[in-house]
Amino acid sequence: MSKPKLAYYLAGGCGGCDIAVVDLSETLVDVALAVDIVFWAPTVADAKYKDLEAMPDGSIDVGLITGNVRNSEHDHIVKVMRKKCKVLIAYGICATSGGIKSLVNLYTTEQLLDKAYVDTMSTDNPDKVIPQTSCIVDSKYDLTLPALFDAKPLDQVVSVDYYIGGCPPHYDHVKTAFTALLTGQLPPPGSWITSGKALCEVCGRNPVLTGKPKKFTTTIKRTFEGTPTEGACLLEEGYLCLGPITQGDCGVKCPNANMPCRGCGGPIPGVKDFGTRAISAIASMLEKEELVDEIPDPVHLFYRYTLAGSALGKKLNR
Amino acid sequence: MAEWEPRIIVIACHWCTYQGADLAGSLRYSYPPSIHIVRVPCSGRVEPEFITEAIKSGADGVFVGGCHFGDCHYRSGNYNTIKRFNLLKRALVDLGLEDERVKLEWISGSEGKKFAEEMTVFDAKIRELGPNPIKGGANV
Ligand code: SF4
Ligand code: SF4
Ligand code: SF4
Ligand code: FES
Repeated sequence: MSKPKLAYYLAGGCGGCDIAVVDLSETLVDVALAVDIVFWAPTVADAKYKDLEAMPDGSIDVGLITGNVRNSEHDHIVKVMRKKCKVLIAYGICATSGGIKSLVNLYTTEQLLDKAYVDTMSTDNPDKVIPQTSCIVDSKYDLTLPALFDAKPLDQVVSVDYYIGGCPPHYDHVKTAFTALLTGQLPPPGSWITSGKALCEVCGRNPVLTGKPKKFTTTIKRTFEGTPTEGACLLEEGYLCLGPITQGDCGVKCPNANMPCRGCGGPIPGVKDFGTRAISAIASMLEKEELVDEIPDPVHLFYRYTLAGSALGKKLNR
Repeated sequence: MAEWEPRIIVIACHWCTYQGADLAGSLRYSYPPSIHIVRVPCSGRVEPEFITEAIKSGADGVFVGGCHFGDCHYRSGNYNTIKRFNLLKRALVDLGLEDERVKLEWISGSEGKKFAEEMTVFDAKIRELGPNPIKGGANV
């Protein structure tokens, strides 16, 4: 039997998800030997878009897309990927839900360009030149750039077969996912590839796991305030940990380092809008109503990785 | 183009606000036709997602009605409701939704008149605010 063909495309992401694949170390060698990588742009393989476009439709077994869809080039290539790949995977929280990079949806493209190219102290741009989608250089070279638009999760542009959370996904989880892929042991299409457990269920700080009751949150603390008690649940101590509604596939990385979970793993099964459910879960843990007003900046806290995929998706009246 | 008429979703607890609406009806207190009532077993059953989904689907206003403190049929449902509602509302306002487009109020089964009055005031407020900014396409 010939090896399964794999394609990988980094759209509006940071490359961290690619690094998570490289982090597989020896396993990567096994994976690389087991598959035929036909396209990996722009990071790993020397591949051109036209090569991908020339491949027959449905000829690639598995396509991974990382990053959100943020401009016309991403939009075009993810559509090409969808046509060429039998199975398409949204890999990493940017692709599944918009990611931290979808906080751009709090501003318009014009506001962002203005901030980046004109309105910063360190910018020296007296003519207020900002990137254009096309321009003529030396009166003969026609140069084009992709057009920017609001960030979108992948499934707002093409249909997605599987979702993998994480910013980036932890390499152990990537290993599990690749093994499932290569052995054909996949959940029903449309699912997240996950243990299905919430972070709290696998967290050593969870009092419930040692038979103790979970206490209400009686105070709100920022991460820089004080030091959490060793072994104590961060949420009980006032650090707003989103472990109750986050998939626990990362090896409990943040709570193990005294930091509350911010939800990069994506929502536990059954939850569509992570941020809104996080609001529900955390509010329910508060001892009294007054604490609600002490929570700083709820949008950046609860929708940090999922704004584009949430019900509103962006700020209104920007 | 036809004149805009608001669509208002009222999520009402079965044991109080819904009975209040019923009483308003039998006592012939009128309230605006823009009001569409959805019954839930307890205001504590109202997930913040119900509210965001209603707004996403184009509702111009969302009103949640529950039992007064101490009267919740399931004892603490409404204490949970107010925390979740208030936190959601803070996020929605930060996301650019007008403060008055979503409202939480306690209305008992005997407060038919209060129900009709609350609906009239809420309807007037929504008319003043205009269409849901998502639906109206303002700055999409
Ligand atoms: S999920 Fe995180 S690591 Fe992956 S592309 Fe997005 S920002 Fe980068
Ligand atoms: S809330 Fe956070 S610290 Fe507490 S048990 Fe859950 S994951 Fe662990
Ligand atoms: S603890 Fe939460 S925020 Fe941290 S890596 Fe895991 S899922 Fe991501
Ligand atoms: S039963 Fe009415 S609010 Fe709980």
